[in-house]
Amino acid sequence: MSKPLLAIRDVTKTFGTYQALRGVSLDVWQGEVLCLIGGSGSGKTTLLRCVNQIIQPDGGGIWLDEDLLGRRQDGGKLHRLSERDIARQRLKTGMVFQRFNLFPHLTALGNVMEGPVQVQRRDTGSARADAMDLLSRVGLADKAGNYPAQLSGGQQQRVAIARALAMRPKLMLFDEPTSALDPELVGEVLTVMRELAKSGMTMMVVTHELGFAREVADNVAFMDAGMIVEYGPPAQILGTPRQKRTQDFLSAVIS
Amino acid sequence: MTVAEPGLTPGFPDLSGVPVARRSHWGRWTAAAVIILVLLALVRAFAHGQIDWAVVGQFLTVPVILTGIVNTVIMSVLAMALGILLGVIVAVMRLSPNPVLSYCAAFYTWLFRGTPVILQLLLWFNLALVFPTIGIPGIWSGRAVDIMTPFLSALLGLGINQGAYTSEVMRAGILSVDAGQHEAAQAIGMGRLRALRRIILPQAMRVVIPPLGNEFIGMIKTTSLASVIQYPEVLHNAENIYYANSRVIELLIVAGFWYLVVVSILSPFQHLLEKRFARGTQVMTR
Repeated sequence: MSKPLLAIRDVTKTFGTYQALRGVSLDVWQGEVLCLIGGSGSGKTTLLRCVNQIIQPDGGGIWLDEDLLGRRQDGGKLHRLSERDIARQRLKTGMVFQRFNLFPHLTALGNVMEGPVQVQRRDTGSARADAMDLLSRVGLADKAGNYPAQLSGGQQQRVAIARALAMRPKLMLFDEPTSALDPELVGEVLTVMRELAKSGMTMMVVTHELGFAREVADNVAFMDAGMIVEYGPPAQILGTPRQKRTQDFLSAVIS
Repeated sequence: MTVAEPGLTPGFPDLSGVPVARRSHWGRWTAAAVIILVLLALVRAFAHGQIDWAVVGQFLTVPVILTGIVNTVIMSVLAMALGILLGVIVAVMRLSPNPVLSYCAAFYTWLFRGTPVILQLLLWFNLALVFPTIGIPGIWSGRAVDIMTPFLSALLGLGINQGAYTSEVMRAGILSVDAGQHEAAQAIGMGRLRALRRIILPQAMRVVIPPLGNEFIGMIKTTSLASVIQYPEVLHNAENIYYANSRVIELLIVAGFWYLVVVSILSPFQHLLEKRFARGTQVMTR
């Protein structure tokens, strides 16, 4: 029997006394686009950061490609993986941040090439060619020599997507990629993400763009108070939600 | 005259075409006059004082003084280089999640910032009193008196002391870089040290160069303390001359002149470095 690309099982995370995740389980299949929606503090960003191992969960497990993230089971105990092994696991995921986090001292091209050249030790010539391909894919070939400060928010976020894709990840993670953008710049980033979904990339997207979720997502998970309250195809979750909390959230967002 | 827009309240005069009067800067003129008077008085005092300006001119470019200033520059550059190297290492240790490294770094900073640099110089120079022979057991060793020359004592004393100060400057620089930069570096698979070298430190440099320039200027003058351990820098050599000819003030003026020359030459270098590390932040045009 085939297995999902990403399997999340009973993941919990507490910050001090605040329970950010209270046992989350989820499957993401190869080629699937999953949108995580929910109010602020619902745990959706925390979940995404656990998948990228920016934070380590307290309990439960996350398997990417049947590989347990961050831990190794040995003699009935879980051992934390070394920094190096965690870095290697991270290469299978690409992360796009709400605030772009481009490297300000490198050009757009430099940002995209940094990972392939410095981490994957690829040859500069072919890495540059690939990076230029990616920049034209996000419509920014003519901005390759610009520094982030010379780009608009939407352009910066598209460079950030190209930077994540340059590592050839199996799973792309998006953490509210359009929340920090001026309204007129949201469209260009969503267009790039739509194209990416069409190309068959597996994506996990934390978003407030319900229109995007309705149109692009295969499944939507609604989170509240550190749990997945409701999960299913967008038409059902966004159209005919069964849970009271989902209904309340949607009516608050839409009105 | 422009026609009032419909709907705007009338009664406000049209100011277009009315010239703006130039301000008269009385304060500036007064200040300039007072300062010029004071300067004239000072120049007059020094011209009539007990200074033989011919002697100043005579000793300004004698070989001993020139060698002295070259030694000052060499020591400043080397000690600063050692200080920056130690500073980066100690700052990184201080910020490390490993508590042993972090406490060691804090101890180093405490120890070397907490004692006078002249005392540290004397300690290094007199190391032979503690350890008659030094070296690596079984591989190499030598007599401390031969090894701890004035040059090496000054380099170690000044460099290690500088490292303690520089580590705090570096720590401030590293902390000034946004946490999102660490996360983005991690997300493309970088380990802690590579992220530090490729992403964090280049951005920290922009913040640390002005204070480092300050520290370097301080270092040029602090090398004069090495005169107490016989390092032949410019002040030491000037002193040797006035011990012989008693022209104390004249030779101090010569030494002071050369310190000013070196410090003045440095400023444009700092400006160049600042421009280099400001890449990507200066150009804000779209």
